[in-house]
Amino acid sequence: MRWTGRSLRRFEDPALVQGLGRFVADVADRHPGALHAAFVRSPVPAGEIRSIEAPPDATVLTAASFPGMGTICARLDRPDFVALETPVLASDAVRHPGEPVALVVAASRAAAEDLAEQVFVDIEPAEPVLDIAAATDPASPTVHAGLDMPMGNNVVLDARFATDALDAAFEAADEIVELDIRAHRQNALPIETRGALAAHDPGTGRTTLTASNQMPHMLRTALADVLGVPEAELRVVTPEVGGAFGQKMCVPREYVALVAAARLLGATVAWIEDRSENLLASWHSRDHSYRLRGAFARSGALLGLDADIVCNIGAYSNYPVTFGVEPLMAMAELPGPYRLSQYRARSRAVTTNMCPIAPYRGVSRPVLTLAMERLMDTAGQRLGVDPLEMRRTNLVNEFPYAMPTGLPVDAGSYVETLDAAAAAVDLDGFRRRQQEAAAEGRYLGVGFSVFGERTGYGTPAFAARAMEITPGYETVQLEMDPSGGVVARIGASPHGQGLATALSQLLADELGVEPRQVAVVHGDTDATPYGWGTFASRSMVIAGGAAKLAAERLADRLKEIAAHHLEASPDDIRLQDGSAVVAGTSIGVPVRELARIAHHSSHRLPAGIEPGLAVAATYDPAGTFSNACHAAVVEVDADTGHVSLERFVVVADAGLEVNPMIVEGQIHGGVTQGIANALYEELVTDDDGNLVTASLMDFLPPTACEVPDIEVTHLQTVTDASITGAKGVGEGGAIGAPAAVLNAVSDALSPLGIEVNEMPATPSRLRELIRAATAAEPAPTGGRA
Amino acid sequence: MSNGRVELTLSVNSEPYEAAVEPRKTLADTLREDCGLTGTHLGCEHGVCGACTVLIDDEPVRSCLTFAVQCADAEIRTVEGLADGERLHPLQQAFWEHHGLQCGFCTPGFLMLATSVLESRPDIGDDELREVLASNLCRCTGYQNIITAVHAARDQMRP
Repeated sequence: MRWTGRSLRRFEDPALVQGLGRFVADVADRHPGALHAAFVRSPVPAGEIRSIEAPPDATVLTAASFPGMGTICARLDRPDFVALETPVLASDAVRHPGEPVALVVAASRAAAEDLAEQVFVDIEPAEPVLDIAAATDPASPTVHAGLDMPMGNNVVLDARFATDALDAAFEAADEIVELDIRAHRQNALPIETRGALAAHDPGTGRTTLTASNQMPHMLRTALADVLGVPEAELRVVTPEVGGAFGQKMCVPREYVALVAAARLLGATVAWIEDRSENLLASWHSRDHSYRLRGAFARSGALLGLDADIVCNIGAYSNYPVTFGVEPLMAMAELPGPYRLSQYRARSRAVTTNMCPIAPYRGVSRPVLTLAMERLMDTAGQRLGVDPLEMRRTNLVNEFPYAMPTGLPVDAGSYVETLDAAAAAVDLDGFRRRQQEAAAEGRYLGVGFSVFGERTGYGTPAFAARAMEITPGYETVQLEMDPSGGVVARIGASPHGQGLATALSQLLADELGVEPRQVAVVHGDTDATPYGWGTFASRSMVIAGGAAKLAAERLADRLKEIAAHHLEASPDDIRLQDGSAVVAGTSIGVPVRELARIAHHSSHRLPAGIEPGLAVAATYDPAGTFSNACHAAVVEVDADTGHVSLERFVVVADAGLEVNPMIVEGQIHGGVTQGIANALYEELVTDDDGNLVTASLMDFLPPTACEVPDIEVTHLQTVTDASITGAKGVGEGGAIGAPAAVLNAVSDALSPLGIEVNEMPATPSRLRELIRAATAAEPAPTGGRA
Repeated sequence: MSNGRVELTLSVNSEPYEAAVEPRKTLADTLREDCGLTGTHLGCEHGVCGACTVLIDDEPVRSCLTFAVQCADAEIRTVEGLADGERLHPLQQAFWEHHGLQCGFCTPGFLMLATSVLESRPDIGDDELREVLASNLCRCTGYQNIITAVHAARDQMRP
C-alpha cells in the first residue's frame, strides 16, 4: 500500500484545533519576565531627523545605542543594479511612512506603547517621491540622496533583453495591440502579523530569536552579519507561523533591532506587530506597471512582444532576494506558456518614499499573467478570434520548450487544461445565458487564464539573477532511532502548508513504515541542516526530493543489514509494512530489529557499514513548471461597479500529488488571494504619502460571502524535472486568478467597449470606466450611468 | 493611564481564574497573559478579523474589543474548553477531517463562532451559515473547507 497520493489528514491539526499550537505571541505571553518593545516610527514619508527626545527613565534605544551595527544589504552582481543599504533604525533620514526610528522597551506591551507615544522625533519633512510617475521623472528629488544613481535619480535596476528580429516581427504583423497594465500596491496580509521574541542568555552568551518567519537559517546569517557576532552565538526558532505568503521571508529591521536590544540589555524582549503597523510598514507587494506591445498575425498567432516594465520597490531593498526579484522575474517569465520567438523587454526598479516591497505569493507572476492574458483577449477581440482559439493557436504543446529568454519549460498540459476548463464552464451554454442576460440589461462575463507556475528551482535558476546570496538547494538529515522511529530534519520551514504530513507520506513509502512513525523537525537552526526555508512553491519539490534521496540511502543501509542477517542479496530485500523481507518469500526481519542492531549491536553489522542509521542528502534541481487554467464567471452590476463571482473553475496540473487534499487546499487559498488581489485589496496613499487604508475596515480581504466555491479538476503530468514527480503548487492559485477575473469583467463590460487592465478592479474604478463609456455614447444594452 | 488594578475572578471554561488587571486591559490579553489561555489569537485588535472570538454567556464576542472587567459575572468559553478530554468536539474533528485549516491561526475564532451558531440554531441553512461565517477572516483556506467542515459538524450535532 502506498501512502503517496492519499489525502491523509494532517498531523499538524489536532494541536491547532485545540488552541495548543504555539505561535510567537503565545511563546511571548507564556514567557514570564519578558520585556516588550514598541517601535517609534516616522509619521512622514521623507525627511531629516533633527533630534529624538525620550521621556525620562524610559528605555528608548536608537541607532546611537548600537555603535558598530551594520546595515541590512543584499546585492546583485550586475552593472545595471544599485545596491540599497537599510539601516536597522533610521538615524539621519527617514524614507517611508512607518520607518522605525527607535524602540522602547518596557515591562508590558501596553507600557511600551504608552512610552513610545511620548517619544518625540523632530523631523524636517522633505518632498516625497510617491509613485512610478514621480520616480521616473528626472525633476523629482532622489530618495537616496548622496548615492551614485547612474541610471536615473531613482532608478535602481534597468535590465534589458532583446532577441535579434523583433522589429521585423512588428513589420510583418497584421495587428499591433498596445496595452497598459497596472497592479496597485497590496499587502500579503497573513492573519498573524509579524512578531519575535529575542532571549539572551548571559551564561552561554547565546541569543535565541523565536520569530514568525519563513527562512530561519537565512535570518540567522543576516543577524550575524549585521550585528557582527558569530552565527554560533545565535539560534533562530520558528514556532507555528500564522501564514506568511512571502511577507515573512525577508529579514525585518525589527527582528534585528530586537536581537540587538536583547544582547544590550541582557534580557528577553518581545515585539508583536499590530495590524496597523503591518499594513503601514511590514512589507508591501506588487505595485507594477507594464506597457506591452504585441505583434499578431491575422490568425491570432503572436509574432513578437515588446514590454516596458516598471516596479515601485519602495524606499529600500529586501534581504536576501533584493528588489531585483520583481523586475527580473517579470522580464524572464513574461512570455509564459505562449510560443514566441521575438521578444524585447526593459524592466526597471524604481525607489520611492513608500514601504519596501517583498515577494508576495506568485511575486511578479500574477501581474505578468494578467498582462499576457489581457493581451490575448484584447488581440482576439480586435482580430475577431475567440479567446479559446487565441490560446490554442499560441500555447506551447511540444516539450521541452525554451522561452525566448532561454528558460526551459518541461512537459505540461496547457492546452488540455484550457479545454477542460472550457468544458467545465459549458462555454456555449454560458454564451446563450450571457445574451439573454444582456437583453435584460445585465452584464455577465467569462474569463480564462492559462499559465505556467515556475516552481522548485534551485541554485542555477537563482544564479541567473546574479544574486550575491544564491538560494536553491535543500538538505534533509534522516535518522532512524533504535526503536524504528524516523526523524527527518529539514532546512525548509513550513508554516501552514502541511509539509510535515506530506513528507511523512513520502518517507513512509520509501522506508516501508507508517507516516505516523516519521517525525519532521523544522524551524530551529540548532536542530536542522542549513537550508533556504519555505517559499516559491518549492518545498515539496526540493525538500521532498532531498527527503527521497536521503530515504534511498537509509533504505540501502537497512537492506544491507537485512541481507547480511537473512543471508540474501541486498537487491532482493524489500522494505514493506515495517519489515525487510526477501522478495517473493516470507523470510524477513522487522525494521526495528535492524535499527536495534545498527545502534546497539554494531559489532553485528556487515563489514563496511558504519554504526547508527543517520544519513543526509541534498537536492538542487533546475526547476519545473506546474500549470493550470482558471475560468471565472462573473456578473457586473453596472450601477454600482460591484462584481459578483458566479463560478470559479480551476484545472490544475501540479505533477504528482503526494497529498491531494493539501494540494486542493493550496489552490483554494491561492485563488482566494488572487480574487482578493483582483477585486478588493489595495493600499491607498493620499497625496502627502499617508496610508489611508491602515485598518481592516479599509483594506478589504474577502470573507466567505465574496468567495465562490472553487471547482478544481486535477491533471498530473509527471516529468523527470522533479525526482518525486511533484511540481509545486503553492502560488498557482494566486497567479492565475487575477487574469481570469479581469478577463471575465472585461468580457462582461465588452458591450460598453470597456477593457479592464488595472487591478484591483474596485467598484470605483469600474464605475469610472462605465461612466466614461456611457457618457461618450448611449450604451447598446442596459447602460445606466 | 491608570495603574490601579482591579481584582477579579473570571470563569473560563467553568474554571475560576483570579486576575488583577488594569481596567483598560482587554479580555483577550487577560485570557492570554493572566489565565495562560493562549489559544485565543489576536489578528487585528480592532474587531474585524474575528480570530479572538470567544463566547460570553454563549454569545460570540470579539475578545479584543471587550474589557476583562466587563466579564466578571459571565461564563466565558474559549477554544481550550471545546474538547472533552481526549475527545475532540465535533467541530474540531470536522475541521481536521475536511482540511478546514492550514496555518491554524484563525481556527480558534472560527471554531467558537461556529460553536455558538450551531448550539443556538442547529437547523441553520447553508446560505445563512455562510453569512455568519463571513464574520471572521481566514487568509489560507479560501473558506470553502471551513464551510464544508461546519456543514458536516452541523449535520452531526443536530439532535
